[in-house]
Amino acid sequence: MGAAVLPILFFTSLWAAVGIGGSIITPHGPQRQLIQCILMLTAGCCWLFWLCCYMAQMNPLIGPRLSRRAIQIIADSWNMPIKEG
Amino acid sequence: MGDMFRSEKMALVQLYVQPEAAYASIAELGEMGCVQFRDLNDQVNAFQRRYVSEVRRCDEMERRVRYIEGQLRKDDIKMPHLSAEQEPAAPNPREIIDLEAQLEKTENELHEMSSNSASLNANFRHMQELKSVLENTEGFFSSQEIMNLDSNRPMESDDPAALQSAAQRGQLSFVAGVIKLERFFSFERMLWRISRGNIFLRRNDISGLCEDDEAGHPVLKTVFVAFFQGEQLKQRIKKVCVGYHAEVYPCPSSAAERADMIKDVNMRIEDLKMVINQSADHRNRVLSTAAKHLARWTIMVKKMKAIYHTLNYFNPDVTGKCLIGEGWVPVRDLPTVQQALARGAKISESSIPAFMNVISTNEQPPTFTRTNKFTSGFQNLIDSYGMASYREVNPALYTCITFPFLFAVMFGDMGHALVLIAFAAFLIIKERQLASIKEEIFTIFFGGRYIILLMGLFSLYTGLIYNDVFSKSINIFGSGWQNQYNTSTVIDHSTPYLTMRPKISNFKTYPVGVDPIWQLADNKIIFLNTFKMKLSIIFGVFHMIFGVCMSVVNFIHYKKYASIILEFVPQVLFLLLLFGYMVFMMFFKWATYNDNSTDQSLSPGCAPSILILFINMMLFGHQEPLDGCKEYMFEGQDMIQTVFVIVAVICIPWMLLGKPLYIKATRPKQLPAPNHAAAPSGGHGHGHGDNEPMSEVYIQQAIHTIEYVLSTISHTASYLRLWALSLAHAQLSEVLWNMVFSNGFGFSDYTGCIAVFIVFGAWSVLTVGILVLIEGLSAFLHTLRLHWVEFMSKFYEGAGYAFAPFSFKQVLEDGGEN
Repeated sequence: MGAAVLPILFFTSLWAAVGIGGSIITPHGPQRQLIQCILMLTAGCCWLFWLCCYMAQMNPLIGPRLSRRAIQIIADSWNMPIKEG
Repeated sequence: MGDMFRSEKMALVQLYVQPEAAYASIAELGEMGCVQFRDLNDQVNAFQRRYVSEVRRCDEMERRVRYIEGQLRKDDIKMPHLSAEQEPAAPNPREIIDLEAQLEKTENELHEMSSNSASLNANFRHMQELKSVLENTEGFFSSQEIMNLDSNRPMESDDPAALQSAAQRGQLSFVAGVIKLERFFSFERMLWRISRGNIFLRRNDISGLCEDDEAGHPVLKTVFVAFFQGEQLKQRIKKVCVGYHAEVYPCPSSAAERADMIKDVNMRIEDLKMVINQSADHRNRVLSTAAKHLARWTIMVKKMKAIYHTLNYFNPDVTGKCLIGEGWVPVRDLPTVQQALARGAKISESSIPAFMNVISTNEQPPTFTRTNKFTSGFQNLIDSYGMASYREVNPALYTCITFPFLFAVMFGDMGHALVLIAFAAFLIIKERQLASIKEEIFTIFFGGRYIILLMGLFSLYTGLIYNDVFSKSINIFGSGWQNQYNTSTVIDHSTPYLTMRPKISNFKTYPVGVDPIWQLADNKIIFLNTFKMKLSIIFGVFHMIFGVCMSVVNFIHYKKYASIILEFVPQVLFLLLLFGYMVFMMFFKWATYNDNSTDQSLSPGCAPSILILFINMMLFGHQEPLDGCKEYMFEGQDMIQTVFVIVAVICIPWMLLGKPLYIKATRPKQLPAPNHAAAPSGGHGHGHGDNEPMSEVYIQQAIHTIEYVLSTISHTASYLRLWALSLAHAQLSEVLWNMVFSNGFGFSDYTGCIAVFIVFGAWSVLTVGILVLIEGLSAFLHTLRLHWVEFMSKFYEGAGYAFAPFSFKQVLEDGGEN
């Protein structure tokens, strides 16, 4: 479908807040640099991981191959009614 | 810089202490645990050192302590365990004398009591055997004929006729005793042989086992009486008895005497029993008192011995008035050492305080990184590969996060992550109680509890992104795929599977993670494969670039600025231009090719394989595109690729020749005599001594270049293990669900309830055993390999040695292990 603005903005800002904002507000102490490093690395890795997953799905080249049973089940439980006809 | 970024600065110090204050000062330093003493007397024999007599005293005390401990253990008396706060300090000289006296007294008492109790017990045994002899021979002497034959009966008169007739009748003597039952039969045969059948042997088994004898455990014994004639035979029989370890007891033949004797023996047995009990009580009391103090004594003796060993490292100075010692101290701890020395001087009331002098040296100091309980696990992982060189950049700081993260990429399953988190949380919350367990495998898991916690937390996140909870997916935001087919197509039996076309069915991108519809899809693996493989390569390339960039930090610290241009730039260019470009192509392909586009060349049918593009780039090859498709992804890709490859190829001779030529140019004209200055800090790779011939330098650099170039390819491919293990994990999880758990759902009503209960037990055992334990250990190992080989080979030297300070905590721990 392509990239939607909201999830990208949300997650980028989330991990930016954790990584950059969190590093700024860590209290001064002997472990400050350790905590800053941890926060930035965590934010970087997790954001990149989410981004790869999102980008892999935003322009899918193949679609799922479902059994008829599966289609009937999700029609019911996921509220995806099968078209008439 | 921060604690973990690189190892701490160390200083070589000289300590000048007065001999009187030496003991107390070293004791204080031992409590602090921040100095690594160097042995200044290593050429001196152990027996010629200054404090050898004191060490011998300590050894003697240790031996006594061990003996007391052995006695305590024999009697099964428990020693109270001392906590860290209750540990006593090293004893000062007055206390040492007291301690020695106490230990000696206790040991002598115990010795005495042991020997006394041994003799008492032997006595007791004899009395008991005598008693059983007297009781069991009732039967033998009661029959009349034996009484007539009895030669031991006191002669009634000196009637010569009676004597003669008695002699003519043949006097029967007898020997009564106790022998082990197992020996009795060969004893009987031996007697039969030596007496030529002229012996009459009766036996009566003692019921129940007898007391321990020389064998040490209770044995079966039997009472025997041997009747015979003649003095010679008596001697022979007595010899045989001695040979067979049979105890002979004097046994009167008349019943009255026997009764008296029995009464007498009984009384003596009672007395002995009382004495034995009292001595056992006394021994118990002595041991209990000793047990209360033994833990403190052990610690005090160990500390004493450690102090004297350390004092033996010191050298007396020329005047003989003070001792000089050398050691490594972290620069941050220098004030602590000063204070410890001051305290030591005050305790020993010495007039002249000890002082410390920092000396400069060219030797490589030991590597010391201050860690807390969280970071020590990760530091251990890195140190297992090789101790960092002095002041080298410390990879453990980054390993704190990259290690659990790469583990999580391979382990991604929210359910299993929760198991890991629960286990780690248990270990962490019960830290204090569990710290005292010494069993080896448990200590390994316990030491890594923070690692396990982080691995679990990251696995929770990657499980969320992979959308995998025990092989099931969660649908939180609503799937982005909708059904495009109508009812008749779906009901039609001729097509068991229906594929959804992205153009029609996909209306949104699932915001967090993999769309839940893929779990139901037949071709799930195809999609996941392409996603996870690209993911692995992306993370791999970033990890490796990070590693190469770390080498810049090292170069700057060791002031090898030329290496930045000669080694770092070509390395990072090679990596970026080839594999960084591949990562770019992956992101580009994700972004451009889609099913909705109007341009046919951007449709999924035309999406090129990145691997083929990469291979063609390297080989300057071409591939005929399909109809309507373009060979390249964007304009000018051809040109860019050619430029990249050419520049990358130029980097190779740059790496190969840059550094050797630079060394050749900057090396001053060598004098024939090489100087033996200590090699500057730096390990095998980066620090060549001035004396190395140029051919060596060229060969070294060639090896490094080939290693690096090949490793870019092989290590990049090696990161595909992230994909492989994650695939295996997901598949195993699915197999367990489909083949084990699903069987429980086949029943209905109450049987179904019980069936699910039982099947859940089997499923959970297999999940924890195979998926969490085995897969977890496997992913741990692979992550460790990725860090050690793929990441650290780009910059790590690892040629240092660990800082081993003189610390009582370490001494006691090492002693406790033995």
